[in-house]
Amino acid sequence: MSREDYEIVIGLEVHAELSTNTKIFCSCPTKFGAEPNTQTCPICMAMPGTLPVLNEKVVEYAVKAGLATNCEISRDSKNDRKNYFYPDLPKAYQISQFDKPLCENGYIEIDTENGKKKIGLTRIHIEEDAGKLNHDEFGGGSLVDLNRAGVPLIEIVSEPDIRSSEETEKYLRKLKSILEYIEVSDCKMQEGSLRADVNVSVRKKGDTKLGTRTEMKNMNSFRSITRAIEYEVDRQIDVIKDGGKIEQETLRWDEVSGKTFPMRDKEDAQDYRYFPDPDLVAIKLSEEYIQNIKESLPELPESRKQRYLEDYRLSEKDANLITSSKYLSDLFEEAIQVCNNPKAVNNWIISDISRILNETEMEPVEIPFDAKQLGKLVILIDKGTISSSIGKKVLTELFENPRNPEEIIKEKGWIQISDEGAIKEVVLKILEENPQSIADYKGGKDKALGFLVGQAMKETKGKANPQMLNKMFLEELNK
Amino acid sequence: MRQKGGKEMNITELTVHELQEKLKNKELTITDITKAYVDRIKEKENDVQAFITLLTEKAIEQAKDIQNRVEKGEIKGELAGIPIGIKDNMCTKGVKTTCGSKMLENFVAPYDATVVEKINDENMIDLGKLNMDEFAMGSSTEYSYFKKTKNPWNLNKVPGGSSGGSAAAVAAEIVPWALGSDTGGSIRQPSSFCGVVGLKPTYGLVSRYGLVAYASSLDQIGPITKDVKDAAILLNIIAGHDEKDTTSTDIPKVDYTKALKNDVKGLKIGIPKEFFGEGINEEVKVSIQKAIEKYKELGAEIEEFSLDIIQDVLASYYIIASAEASSNLGRFDGIRYTYRTPEFKNLKEIYKKSRSEAFGTEVKRRIILGTYVLSSGYYDAYYKKAQQVRTLVMNQFNKAFEKYDVILTPTSPTVAFNIGEKSNNPLEMYLADICTVSVNVAGLPGISIPCGVNQEGMPIGMQLIGNKFCEETILNAAYTFEQAIKFRENYKPE
Repeated sequence: MSREDYEIVIGLEVHAELSTNTKIFCSCPTKFGAEPNTQTCPICMAMPGTLPVLNEKVVEYAVKAGLATNCEISRDSKNDRKNYFYPDLPKAYQISQFDKPLCENGYIEIDTENGKKKIGLTRIHIEEDAGKLNHDEFGGGSLVDLNRAGVPLIEIVSEPDIRSSEETEKYLRKLKSILEYIEVSDCKMQEGSLRADVNVSVRKKGDTKLGTRTEMKNMNSFRSITRAIEYEVDRQIDVIKDGGKIEQETLRWDEVSGKTFPMRDKEDAQDYRYFPDPDLVAIKLSEEYIQNIKESLPELPESRKQRYLEDYRLSEKDANLITSSKYLSDLFEEAIQVCNNPKAVNNWIISDISRILNETEMEPVEIPFDAKQLGKLVILIDKGTISSSIGKKVLTELFENPRNPEEIIKEKGWIQISDEGAIKEVVLKILEENPQSIADYKGGKDKALGFLVGQAMKETKGKANPQMLNKMFLEELNK
Repeated sequence: MRQKGGKEMNITELTVHELQEKLKNKELTITDITKAYVDRIKEKENDVQAFITLLTEKAIEQAKDIQNRVEKGEIKGELAGIPIGIKDNMCTKGVKTTCGSKMLENFVAPYDATVVEKINDENMIDLGKLNMDEFAMGSSTEYSYFKKTKNPWNLNKVPGGSSGGSAAAVAAEIVPWALGSDTGGSIRQPSSFCGVVGLKPTYGLVSRYGLVAYASSLDQIGPITKDVKDAAILLNIIAGHDEKDTTSTDIPKVDYTKALKNDVKGLKIGIPKEFFGEGINEEVKVSIQKAIEKYKELGAEIEEFSLDIIQDVLASYYIIASAEASSNLGRFDGIRYTYRTPEFKNLKEIYKKSRSEAFGTEVKRRIILGTYVLSSGYYDAYYKKAQQVRTLVMNQFNKAFEKYDVILTPTSPTVAFNIGEKSNNPLEMYLADICTVSVNVAGLPGISIPCGVNQEGMPIGMQLIGNKFCEETILNAAYTFEQAIKFRENYKPE
């Protein structure tokens, strides 16, 4: 049997840090990157006698996420304790939700080759993040940093509806964009504010029973998730083909070797001893509360996409790309306000900007320039002040040291030469230097014109107005 | 110190409301009071062993300072300069909070518990931290890592527990009053053993913030005092909603001293017959019967009824309390502020050895029990069932309170037992809580007041249980009885 005879089954547990100003059970700030243990208090350090108080914003954000992913919102929910020992978990239990999550039975739609596909969401619940251990910076031991302890998370659990690594990536990108649109998480994967536990199993096509799954924990880049799934699927199929059995276990993906390794012994199989947290009261939500949140939800990516298709006549592919990120989509809309040229802004975003983001592994939210600057760039090209090739240089400049494009071209002397006298001078000079090209052109080789224009551009360091050059060469050659 | 009449005044014999009176009439100064207590501690503490941490030196300085500020008119407050003792499971900023455990032998909290803040806001003077069973688990204070507190009525007897240090200190008059905590009887039972007044408020009336948790859904802080009026005064200070404790209830503030009407005419008192059966000492029964007769004389209406769920309460209590404790005590892991084993090979060993070496036997027993009842496969059979029993208990009490204002029972099936008598027999020790646990399980208020002594001269306690947030009713019932029998005037420890 070959790989094609197997069906891949994937389910995801995604953890998203909520972008509330304060932690879930105390009033410490949640800012990323502070000095270790400077964003802590007796409560998040689990000093004896301290008690948690639930941050209402966390409930609001989770309900927003639930409504934006078509979930049912529970009117009567609660917090539970998940008990286990680890130095980054100062209470020795994580306050989470067990049998009564805030949101249940939702779905997200992704686009596949065979059209739209619904990925079911089992549940979304709220919980607290753990701290962090720094293993390497201290001789012979580990240091505990509790800044992250108590940062609010939502865990979004999908049904095992995903069938490939491509679908996984699509699902994750869609989920990420929804969370960004409703502004409940900044979804910065490299800072760990969006991370996924990936459950993978395989079964022979046609089987109805699920195969034994393995879980890869804390994955935080699309690339490693794709690689890890591909590896794990191959590994599982190999084990089955050799007559072996898949062990249900937790795996660690190693980026360097490109392999997965078991994380814990089986004898350590955890029993988390969940029970309702007696320090917290039940979470009761009124119809009115839920209705108010529903009405406050911003426009979601799917609806923006429809608008782009109809109002701006973007292609499905371009509209998908731009709406995949709230930041890109906002950039698109705001730049259009400035330059009134949707086509051009679209082209910049889907080609040059996307290319630079890919090359530098940058998230859209990290784009250093703003929509006004992008809009100005488009205006400068539209007005003929610069050529589009100079435009590309201006864009590079905007990524490196963002400022007003007008200033950039002034500073760099990139303003397009549109003065007829100056252009004529260049044209005559190039013709004089290239008699052969003149002959070629007259002999019917149209290509020679392109060569001459190219030479003239070279001579003017790209600043000459290409339309004028073309026109003037033709005039001279046809004399 | 001499009273106006020339008769010698023994300051430490006075109740707090008497001290207030004397301060008001300028018969006493704040420093007089603190000095008298410091001297009394010097005289008695060796025998009683009630304190884990003494703050007597600081107390005298504090008294001078408060005296000064009162004279200058900078501070008012009717309790300024009144000393107090605090059970060692309530966090006090800058002073050790050990919970009677080796685990927290050197733990100094960086913050004050809400009740401690309230005590400080009144400018009261903390004389020290009082002994207790380790993490409040026990009924004799013998499970303290540090010392065994003695019963001031007979130094061979236990003071009860877990707030044994608090009750013994009040009985020995080395503090005028104290704060205790009560999870299954830990205020009322030692108060009964030591012949003092102990009130466990309704769950949610007093903030638990800063009380080191034993069983979060049962724990409640309350006063241990010489008489009922003092209990009402101290409850006035500590009661009230706290935004740091979401399980504390937001109800209008009440002046509990106003409830003390010295009148129980027409009060309906229910006597649950299950509290007078097997296992209840004969002398205790007789004493409680006399108390019931007294209430009849005072005009209360008495009726016997059945509260048969009580037979299942103890099991339910030990399951719920141990389950919560097993989770609450997880944070004592050898990583941060706790004891850490000196030698270890890896993380697992830090956990195992630190916890094995620093927790006492009773604490380990309850952690193991609690871990077991929460484990997968057993949760439904134990924890869930215990919670169902809890609901039934609440229902039976609710029904009873449709008919009665107060439910009257013994506080403990026996008087104080001998030191060492039960410390190796956990099941027998658990039975000492049989009369008190149902009150915690149902979240009700309960007060223990002395109602007599046995032939050996050991005090017997009576428990009055009220409906939720009906502290006023039980305080008045207790006060009226107290005024009628004048226990403190007739009986005193040596």
